Amino acid sequence: MAEKIGSVMVVGGGVAGIQASLDLADSGFKVYLLDKSSSIGGVMAELDKTFPTNDCSMCILAPKLVATGRHPNISLITNAELVDLKGQAGNFLVKFRKRSRYVDEERCNGCGLCSQKCPVEALDTFNEGLSNRSAIYVEYPQAVPLKYIIDREKCIGCGTCEEVCKAKAIAYDQQDTETTLSVGSIILAPGFEPFDARVKSELGYGKFPNVVTSIEFERILSASGPYGGLALRPSDGEVPRKLAFIQCVGSRDAQINRDYCSAACCMYGIKEAIIAKEHVPVALDCTLFYMDIRAHGKEFDAYYNRAQDEFGIRFVRSRVANITEDPKTNNLHLYYVEEEEPTTEEFDMVVLSVGMQPPAEASKLANIFGIELNGQKFCQTRMFSPVETSRPGVFVCGAFSSPKDIPESVAQASGAAAKAMSIIASERGKEIVAKEYPPERDVSQEEPRIGVFVCHCGINISGTVSVPEVVDFATKLPSVVYGEANLYTCSQDTQGMIKEKIQEHNLNRVIVASCTPRTHEALFRETVRESGLNPYLFEMANIRDQCSWVHVHQPKEATEKAKDLIRSVVAKARLLKPLRRPVINVTPTGLVIGGGVSGMTAALELANQGFDVHLVERTKNLGGHLREIRYTLEGENPREHLDSLVTQVLENGRIHVYLDSEVAEVNGFVGNFKSKINSESGEKEVEHGVVIVATGAKEYVPTEYLYGNAPGVVTQRELEEMLFNGAFKAESVVMIQCVGARTRERPNCARICCGQAIKNALRIKETSPETDVYVLYKDVRSYGFKEKYYRKAASKGVIFVNYNDDRKPEVSSDGGKLKVLFWEPIIKEEITLEPDTVVLSAAVSPNPDSKRVSEMLKVPLTKDGFFLEAHMKLRPVDFQTDGVFLCGMAHSPKFIDESICQACAAAARASTILSKKTLEMEGIIADVDEDLCSGCRICEHLCPYSAIEMNEKQTKVTAHVLEALCKGCGVCGTACPTKAITLGHFTTGEILAQVKAALVEEVRA
Amino acid sequence: MLRPKIIGFVCNWSKPPEIQTSEPSGFEGHPKIHMIQVMCVGRIDPVIVLDAFVRGADGVLMVGCPSPDCHYVEGNTQAKFKVKMLKKLLALAGIKPDRLLLDWAHMTDVESFVKIVDNFRNLIIAMGQSPLNGGDSSDDFLLNLRAAKNTASDFRLRVLTGREGELTQAESVYGETIPANDFDRISELLTRMEFIRHKIHLLAIQEPVSVKQLAERIKEKPSFVLCQIVEMRRRGMVTLDEIKGTTPLYKGLEV
Repeated sequence: MAEKIGSVMVVGGGVAGIQASLDLADSGFKVYLLDKSSSIGGVMAELDKTFPTNDCSMCILAPKLVATGRHPNISLITNAELVDLKGQAGNFLVKFRKRSRYVDEERCNGCGLCSQKCPVEALDTFNEGLSNRSAIYVEYPQAVPLKYIIDREKCIGCGTCEEVCKAKAIAYDQQDTETTLSVGSIILAPGFEPFDARVKSELGYGKFPNVVTSIEFERILSASGPYGGLALRPSDGEVPRKLAFIQCVGSRDAQINRDYCSAACCMYGIKEAIIAKEHVPVALDCTLFYMDIRAHGKEFDAYYNRAQDEFGIRFVRSRVANITEDPKTNNLHLYYVEEEEPTTEEFDMVVLSVGMQPPAEASKLANIFGIELNGQKFCQTRMFSPVETSRPGVFVCGAFSSPKDIPESVAQASGAAAKAMSIIASERGKEIVAKEYPPERDVSQEEPRIGVFVCHCGINISGTVSVPEVVDFATKLPSVVYGEANLYTCSQDTQGMIKEKIQEHNLNRVIVASCTPRTHEALFRETVRESGLNPYLFEMANIRDQCSWVHVHQPKEATEKAKDLIRSVVAKARLLKPLRRPVINVTPTGLVIGGGVSGMTAALELANQGFDVHLVERTKNLGGHLREIRYTLEGENPREHLDSLVTQVLENGRIHVYLDSEVAEVNGFVGNFKSKINSESGEKEVEHGVVIVATGAKEYVPTEYLYGNAPGVVTQRELEEMLFNGAFKAESVVMIQCVGARTRERPNCARICCGQAIKNALRIKETSPETDVYVLYKDVRSYGFKEKYYRKAASKGVIFVNYNDDRKPEVSSDGGKLKVLFWEPIIKEEITLEPDTVVLSAAVSPNPDSKRVSEMLKVPLTKDGFFLEAHMKLRPVDFQTDGVFLCGMAHSPKFIDESICQACAAAARASTILSKKTLEMEGIIADVDEDLCSGCRICEHLCPYSAIEMNEKQTKVTAHVLEALCKGCGVCGTACPTKAITLGHFTTGEILAQVKAALVEEVRA
Repeated sequence: MLRPKIIGFVCNWSKPPEIQTSEPSGFEGHPKIHMIQVMCVGRIDPVIVLDAFVRGADGVLMVGCPSPDCHYVEGNTQAKFKVKMLKKLLALAGIKPDRLLLDWAHMTDVESFVKIVDNFRNLIIAMGQSPLNGGDSSDDFLLNLRAAKNTASDFRLRVLTGREGELTQAESVYGETIPANDFDRISELLTRMEFIRHKIHLLAIQEPVSVKQLAERIKEKPSFVLCQIVEMRRRGMVTLDEIKGTTPLYKGLEV
């Protein structure tokens, strides 16, 4: 057996590749992140906003880009492609070719002068060809690495860039290089390509200027895009009044050999419609043409409902057959059939929601890596091994394994990271270097010298606020010795620049006036720290979210407000003091709550990483919901996998299984939890560094459709059991979808029931083809590759009938004979059937224990009662509370493979903590002046985190803050009768100074 | 000034000494144009030629030394490249390119010098006066010529023209020679784009305009105009002024 290597190669630098890289590098492994383009970021960097939170895509991605770019253990290999792979899991030899950039990456400082002076123009592919760039360029202003590249196809070799480049970075003689690296494992995350809409020629893309693709429309909507964020018609630059979105372009279309659903388009279509309405100054009519709205993700239906109710977006269930153009106006005529009536409707502009297809290099990658692709050339994975390719040691994540949205890509990426590290767990920490900071400068004796950096945020801020005026104002404020404006203060090159300015002007306080600290504070603190300043000598003024965005139509007032905000923060910054971050030890043990497939997988993954795990299950058996799954749509044997999983868990020496037990109490904090596990045999206390919540969910018990009152009415789960036991016989079956889901009480989709119904309907047809099976549905949500089973069911004679909330099916029982009455929308008639069995596709309910667990861990639940993660898009398995993670159905309903992805992801995220001996905690915490403390104990009662304990010193009892427990809210200090408690970074003096500066009007004059 | 208004830029080394530039002389064949002496025709910045047209010149003549006798080795070649570009710009501006002539003479050969001048003068007389000096659309021509002049002062076009010889006759930085046809294609495209952008710029500086108005004014497709506006916003030549109903108006920025 060859020696193992403690490094990993990640192929593809989109959000999935970035997430996998960060998790690996933060867990003690060296990462080589290879991308074919000149910078990382992938498709997410092109997007405007993200659903369902409407977060700005670049704003949430940029901190991750910068974190990746500056991570000491991630090497970026851009503009590169793979050539060859040798070796086996644990010890691979990867050969790659780095194509010449014609620019020396070491020297280029990203100033962009070359690009301004270059005489040759090319289409800007990042803007989907809607604008131009020079032959020497970067993909986008916040690109990481911010290193220019020459487009050799377009470059005429005039030599101008070399002459203007002050950094002497131009290298026309740079050659392609081939390099071979040894790595222990490999993660493939090459992403997807948008479907080429020209193939659907009847829709006119490429012929009619006002027919655009959804990815082009993302750029159109983006403030940094070609039209400055205003939705415009490409034909004449006018703002459209009537916009159509056409779904499933290149998806669910067997004629062009695309029998799968691209899974994310319904949601991004709805999102683009909502955002478009916000991006035009006039009333905009949006219509979305769809087959089924597949809003199957967490909280997606709530978003869909808002699109209809709040934003008035019209949804038409119809496939548009043809588009023609009025050559005079460039308006478009859409031909479609609505309620069996052929209709023509005119629109100003049409957006095609294009599906995802595998990257062009998929076959080449498959050859090099020796991995299997599926029939559609996506990477083949299996239900019970969703991040493994067919080659051991090579893992996959993101859209390359199946079309998916961002949170699923991120979860799968963390999951792949877990698998990639477990096979080289013994080599953890061997290939990495520790990040070193310069010694901290003592500024206590210095007068405040403040630098203010004002961000344009493209045009997000500068479109409303006069940035030069604000900079000018800021530099005249007392103690401010330097001020400047940046296009994007968060970009990688600006970080270097800020550090230079700190040195050059001997700054000892730094203020960034830009967006929100919620996403960007950590990034800037790190920058300040890298320059030798204490990270708490930094402050932000939010002149975007709280200024330019809310006062978008009042540029003058917004500029004044931006000045007020900056003046106020400058007043605070003068008083800022360095803070110390407490360092704590980490107990390298995990606690997993819940012994279903998610909990067991998470426990096994942690154990494989070399960590001990306590796995606590309430029932007598491991297995949870998986025990009730008898077969899968894809034809795998769940019981076999379950048995193997249980055996692995029970036989693993690192996993301590507690059956019939309950976690009764969790105390402590990240790295140092102490919990009580109760069982019949008594109470046991365990110590652990992290908690993973995998408490699952259960099938909703219907109160609808006579369930429980008529013997022939069963749930899908019950039907599955009968089918499996061979105990099912019927001549006619009616299945009703969305029972207890997508209702007023539970507005969201239960995700798995459409798949379940199709699975069981197919099973019925297999064993008894003559049985009539009807499925009454609202939308068939067989997303991704499940679509082909929907087609199969239809071809086997399963009859799908659409219903809506206005005309729900009615079930009655007449002397034991079931009757189902429903409206048939195609023939427009009411139909009555007398089936033997009515099967209810019951929703998924949260685990009834969730509320208790959420209170015990102090983590939130959604309105629906599922656990709420830290960020719906980019932190799908983290809680806001450090050291606590979630996975599986506890998060939201999902299929087995999705639960396994999340379980592995939770283990990877947990290992970023468990792999460290010590952790640095937040420095903004309360501090007690023992001389002033009267020992009254008010603070002890007020603290919601039990972070204050009373210490007896000699004769005096005083309050003492348990640093690691303190969350920094500051409530304790507000009640202290002797004002003995100070909250760092938010002292009374600092806040008063802010208030005073905010209210001083005359300073402006 | 004498009609037709012709400016002749003549090189110090190709103009026969018998011919005065500033004062009338007794010499019989004295050409009846206004001559301006320069050291080399290679020195004639395209902006100067266009400025002459903007100010109403009916024709511009440039006389230099024939190859390979250029006193400054390559000045005449450089002049050729510039005139090639200028003729493109004149055509774009709707001015007949023949109103500009670059020709060669030896200082020893008075006769052929006079012939060049006379022929050119006759040609201009035959063509009539510059459309700037009368006619219905003189304003349009003036706008075009000003746009052409701004184009000729644009960094990119100057770089490209300045490097034509190096790239098509010697080597690019990659050690390749660009075929003259390829270079012409690139340069023609850039010239046209820059000209249109500068024209839009001049219009947008007068008052805020919409894409449709611009399209009508410069007789281009609105979709094409929009692409230029996108590029011009990127370069800080125009900015969004306001949105009237569904119509964004753009105003030109001083550059």
